[in-house]
Amino acid sequence: MLIIFKVMKLNLIFIVFFALTSCKQQSKTGQELNEFSEAKAAVLNEELEIYDFNGLEKFLNFKDDKTYVVNFWATWCAPCVKELPYFEQLNEAYKDKNVEVLLVSLDFPHQYDTKLKPFIKEHKLKSKVLVLDDADMNTWIPKVDETWSGSIPATVIYNKNKKLFFEQSFSFEELENELKPFLN
Amino acid sequence: MKNSIKLILAVCVVGLVSAFTLKPTAEYAGYNIGDIVEDFKLKNIDGKMVSLSDYEDKLGVIVTFTCNTCPYAVAYEDRIIELDKKYADKGYPVVAIMPNDTSVKPDDDLESMKKRAEQKGFTFPYLIDAKQDVYPKFGATKTPHVFVLDRTESGFVVSYIGAIDNNYKDASAVTTKYVENAVDALIAGTPIKETETKAIGCSIKVAN
Repeated sequence: MLIIFKVMKLNLIFIVFFALTSCKQQSKTGQELNEFSEAKAAVLNEELEIYDFNGLEKFLNFKDDKTYVVNFWATWCAPCVKELPYFEQLNEAYKDKNVEVLLVSLDFPHQYDTKLKPFIKEHKLKSKVLVLDDADMNTWIPKVDETWSGSIPATVIYNKNKKLFFEQSFSFEELENELKPFLN
Repeated sequence: MKNSIKLILAVCVVGLVSAFTLKPTAEYAGYNIGDIVEDFKLKNIDGKMVSLSDYEDKLGVIVTFTCNTCPYAVAYEDRIIELDKKYADKGYPVVAIMPNDTSVKPDDDLESMKKRAEQKGFTFPYLIDAKQDVYPKFGATKTPHVFVLDRTESGFVVSYIGAIDNNYKDASAVTTKYVENAVDALIAGTPIKETETKAIGCSIKVAN
């Protein structure tokens, strides 16, 4: 389920406006508060692509001619942040060779605005960032890979012919070495 | 003839030796369900040493690898306290172990652990795996990572490995309490339905 806010932007602004003005005039009811916070969150999140696992699954199963490097990370995960530049470097170096890096953030929803968005901006991430928000981890972790215990960083490299899974940190050289066999 | 027997024997010996010296791959390292846990002795936040063998008068132990610095571990702190409150009296107390290298995560050092335990009112030991030789035996890979042990005649048996419940974000939205279900089953003497579950956590930090 991709949450598309853009088309709803005008409505949301109206709701925010309505909620703000009505709050001034009368005591806030629970419903109005709810509408207000939902609308506010929606407006702020409009640039993030947020999925539950059903929505994300297609990015792990493309059957086109590309090789995908899918990295599971979060801004609060120090080893993830450390290796992120290597994924960016890989994306840049191999984009002409039919390779695409996808960065799947597991940041907490309440930190999308305070941590994730500023991080993406500050580090000028060029690889596509997807956000996975799905609390039922025992259901989706094995669907990414049966051997994944759940620690991050974790990375999947796949194309239509094969798939490899890594529950580890990478250097650029290690990453490149794992990617190369996919390109032959 | 004699020589060929010698040769066959030599091949067998080489084969056997290499079979036992091959390193197990990461995903198979550590205890599996049904394995007997080796005793361990680790320093608690009060400076005293705590061993698994100290719990031989209990029915079992809820061993929980956790830390101060992982947001998932923090999200589960209150629920770990609740587990201890609920099950310590029933014979299954919590023993928390902090597995990270404190040079990588200074906020996980013993002093910080002590502070955090005081702030949160931990009712259970909060041990530091300072030599980092206990968590690999368990095969713990992340925080939080729970191992429910059941005491039997032959020792403490691993009965459940994995997550605490199925919603890290919101305790009130949880629909399956994996650890509680496991301990309840042990208390009732019935089989545990889900003996292993997966959850996202922070990788255990080791110095490079």
